[in-house]
Amino acid sequence: MSKQILRAPIGQSAPRERARRFATGRGRYTDDAASLRGLHAAFVRSPIARGDILEIDCDAARDMDGVVAVLTHADIAGRYRPWRAGNALLPEMKAPEQHALPPSRVNYVGEPLAMVVATSRALAEDAAEQVFADIDPLDAVADIETALAPDSPLIHEDCGSNLCVSLTSGNGKFGADFEDADLVIEDTLDFGRHTACPLETRSMLAEYDPGSEVLTLRISHQCPHQLQAELAKILGLGQHRLRVISEDVGGAYGLKQQLYQEDVLVCLAAMQTGRPVRFVADRLEAFASDNHAREHRVSARIAVRKDGRITGFELDDLFPIGAYPQYPRTSLGEGNHVLRMSAAGYDIADFRSRLRLLFQNKALIGHYRSVGHPVACAITEHMVDRAAAALGLAPETIRLRNFLSDDSYPRETPTGVHLHYLSQHACLDRLLADMDIAALRSEQAKLRGQGICRGIGIASFVELTGTGNGFYGPGGIDVSGQDGCTLKMEPSGHVRCMPSVTDQGQGTDTGIAQIVASVLGLEVADIRVLSGDSEITPHGGGAWASRGISTGGEAAWQAAQTLREQLLLVAGHLHQRDPATLELTEGHVVDASGAQITTISEVAHICYFRHDLLPDDMPTELMVTRHAVPRAQLFQATNGIQAAYVEVDTDTGFTRLLGHWVVHDGGTLINPKLVEEQIRGGVVQGLGAALLEEIRYDEDGQLLTATMADYLVPMASDVPDIQVSHVTSGTAEGALGAKGVGEAGVAGASGAVLNAVNDALGPFGATVRQMPISPRTVLTALRAAAASATTPPFEDAP
Amino acid sequence: MKPYPFEYTRVSSLEEAVTLLQREDEPRIIAGGQSLVPILAMRLAAPSRLIDIGGLSALRGIERRGDVLRIGALARHAEVMASAEVAEAVPLLARAISHVAHPAVRNRGTFGGSVCLADPAAELPAVCTALGATFEVFGSDGLRTIPAREFFLDIYETALAPDEILVAAQLPVACPKERFGFEEIARRHGDFAIVGLAVRARMEGTLFAELDLCFFGASPRPVLAQNAARAVIGQELTDETQQAAVSALTADLDPQEDAQADAEMRLHLAGVLLKRRLAEIAGKERQQ
Ligand SMILES: Cc1cc2nc3c(=O)[nH]c(=O)nc-3n(C[C@H](O)[C@H](O)[C@H](O)COP(=O)(O)OP(=O)(O)OC[C@H]3O[C@@H](n4cnc5c(N)ncnc54)[C@H](O)[C@@H]3O)c2cc1C
Repeated sequence: MSKQILRAPIGQSAPRERARRFATGRGRYTDDAASLRGLHAAFVRSPIARGDILEIDCDAARDMDGVVAVLTHADIAGRYRPWRAGNALLPEMKAPEQHALPPSRVNYVGEPLAMVVATSRALAEDAAEQVFADIDPLDAVADIETALAPDSPLIHEDCGSNLCVSLTSGNGKFGADFEDADLVIEDTLDFGRHTACPLETRSMLAEYDPGSEVLTLRISHQCPHQLQAELAKILGLGQHRLRVISEDVGGAYGLKQQLYQEDVLVCLAAMQTGRPVRFVADRLEAFASDNHAREHRVSARIAVRKDGRITGFELDDLFPIGAYPQYPRTSLGEGNHVLRMSAAGYDIADFRSRLRLLFQNKALIGHYRSVGHPVACAITEHMVDRAAAALGLAPETIRLRNFLSDDSYPRETPTGVHLHYLSQHACLDRLLADMDIAALRSEQAKLRGQGICRGIGIASFVELTGTGNGFYGPGGIDVSGQDGCTLKMEPSGHVRCMPSVTDQGQGTDTGIAQIVASVLGLEVADIRVLSGDSEITPHGGGAWASRGISTGGEAAWQAAQTLREQLLLVAGHLHQRDPATLELTEGHVVDASGAQITTISEVAHICYFRHDLLPDDMPTELMVTRHAVPRAQLFQATNGIQAAYVEVDTDTGFTRLLGHWVVHDGGTLINPKLVEEQIRGGVVQGLGAALLEEIRYDEDGQLLTATMADYLVPMASDVPDIQVSHVTSGTAEGALGAKGVGEAGVAGASGAVLNAVNDALGPFGATVRQMPISPRTVLTALRAAAASATTPPFEDAP
Repeated sequence: MKPYPFEYTRVSSLEEAVTLLQREDEPRIIAGGQSLVPILAMRLAAPSRLIDIGGLSALRGIERRGDVLRIGALARHAEVMASAEVAEAVPLLARAISHVAHPAVRNRGTFGGSVCLADPAAELPAVCTALGATFEVFGSDGLRTIPAREFFLDIYETALAPDEILVAAQLPVACPKERFGFEEIARRHGDFAIVGLAVRARMEGTLFAELDLCFFGASPRPVLAQNAARAVIGQELTDETQQAAVSALTADLDPQEDAQADAEMRLHLAGVLLKRRLAEIAGKERQQ
């Protein structure tokens, strides 16, 4: 039930345009770009979590063959502007100054100390080993418990404490007793630290042309316009003299969304040496210096009545963000979504939440696909399941009793989030049918009799997508919530399409081409999409908050409509018809009866070359730019639900995933296959979060997980079939009615697995409260349950 | 992640390799490179010269010689996995090999490389130890043999002299009364094991006449759990003998702590594997 009649190729599962290049080895990733007389950078990184820099001796390194420059703070100070990650809407948030290289103090393992630029990466690495940094070690703050203790060392003395900011939300009084409750349950979940682990690590190539005073940065990034704006400020260049190109990007997931010290340093080095400077992070430095995400300790209380109504919910999120807030967006996003989106799909009268961001001597926490939502989902759904178990209700029953009803919109959550429309009930109904819950439960019961321990878990989520300019812009952060699209019809009738949204493998380009082709009556192959180049595309957000189609597609739709009107205007004049009676179809202009009047290419040709056929005042521009920004809704709230079916080996503690289901409301589906790929890929990341992935530091802030053998990501053989279904409510703002889909898979997957494992462990009286759920976690939970019970769950194995 | 500079020679004879091993400061043999190249890339080793033995045809091939199966040091994991000879003559190896890494690694990684690396959590050293294999090695005095059970000394440490090269492994061919068991516990399929167990048993009816239990990932080297075996040898598997075997593991194993498991959990998992594999073997006999 969409507002416009959407025709093909919208709705078709067109193959992803770029996949053909990738599959044939013709990707153009940053490191594939050749550079004449190019140089390579390597970084000397801090080996300790906290300490005072006494001296950095670069003499030996500077003397080595092939070394062109060695830079420390002293060499670059004054040539760029340091930055602070704050938000003017939150003046109480602490935003310590950040430098490209530290002036006096290191604050995490992996922090760049010095940069070596040489004629090859191998030589640069050799020279980096000859840079001697004398650092006086200081006690590190690496523990979530002690960061706020009065005797804890202060990471930033000028901040006065290790608390970056504390926020509360909701409509109740945080910490107060719940009034309308027969039962209150309290619990705490720990979420491991993750990193997005894109296949292509951070890569960049900076080139400065002193003749035109233009700096070109090719970089594996998802927001080239944002980076252009920030680098211009930091380097003191005009934004029009900075070109950021992110052509092919091998996965980004939020990790390539912000500014890193290396981004600034390669630019400074290119400007200083007058030669192209390249940096490609290796996997060791990726683990140490990429954005991490998701470390949270969330305590919650849920209040229920005997009839299964949830009357109150309170949560308290301790969120250690690393040494600094991430620039420019800050590290608030994750926590803010936990604060505001937890329990958002439930009708709860009394909701309160508190969030505290802590500084720690660890790498910075940034954004990772589905920012905060997986944490919000897991804590909510864990508490709801615990309440259901205490009341003897099935998980779906308590949800049916408490979900916001599908006819109660628009409405606001207690945390002030506007919900235009959600389909919680429709999604749950569909999920239960898809998974055949009754059959699964009877299988589970039967196998339990045979000593096989299986669990079923459900997790619903509400997600903010396609975010507009509500938080960043007013907060003084130049991150665009608006996206644009330029269309240029060539004299042949083919179209060059320059969207501001970017494609890191999602297939955004293809979706945009489908929208443009649909409006103009062309085929996808007639549209060439050129995204990721800040010099040619309109300034816009790039890739964040699942905006590619929900926002970028809307801009493309508007631009194509304008171009269509222009073509029809000229065609109408040429053929003496009312443009309103004409339509573009299959490369032709047709009349109301469908009869072909002329071709689109003929009209385009006339617009460029045959003004002799047209009146003087007839506009003939075939180049159009339109922008879209969510205004009324500020974002498109979406919802979905997932289920996991698992088997837990109670002897070994291992969890095997047997099945996974997703039902999601993404509004209009422009390309169903790409939507499903997005959801499946996201689910896999969520499964990794549930069972495998964790960045670990020791108590001194030393990084323990620096290779892919230590940081475990799911492999194909670990992933079950993932069944995806859609509920389509055409309720989004804009003509297309498409909502964000890119992050939904991650949002609910880990919560579903957590609930499934706890369902499996229920008969043993055991509960896991920590993700990833490692075998050790399960065995520890079983042991704890056994210690407090009369019958041991470790039934000796047969 | 660029290695330190090194020299490289692809040798054309074992003698040439030995000469280089003796002459160089820090020589290192390279076979499939699947373990060595990451070590070099992370600058954990700085060899002066890599001696590539890939061209030595004497080190290739899988061949049945009477009651042993001879596997050349350069036999790739993928070859072993696809070999009908292996499947028939050494079923324990056939069961173990699919747990070694992933197809891409198996296409290059070699039998000899895995044995010489001596990772305590690796499958192939454990299989060789369980079966009582023999290694042929070549050095300045020519060929000699080393029993597998005397070969693995400690983490990444073997009885190979610095100028010796592993040429082949001889694995005894299975006889009809032998039974085998293999299981490992790893976070993901293809990862090194947290704990694994390779079993060789000779059954007399339902009695365990001989029993070799080789645990890997449970000590700094693959170890035969002799106390555990003794608790079962000459007897049927009962709740009592099984429990006695599990209890004896404390004396047999020296489990270490890492990110996946502490010593206690490793010991517990070793016990789980032991029970399961013994039960499988005993169960099959009872059915016959
Ligand atoms: C992702 C990944 C996963 C893996 N998973 C597993 C696993 O689950 N189980 C497992 O067992 N292995 C695993 N491996 C290791 C793999 O099996 C290696 O192939 C093997 O350990 C070494 O064999 P290679 O031929 O590659 O040896 P190389 O890497 O070339 O050499 C390894 C060492 O052995 C020495 N060496 C090699 N051949 C000889 C010889 N003939 N004589 C004397 N010294 C020699 C070398 O000098 C070097 O020190 C994995 C590897 C990777 C990359």
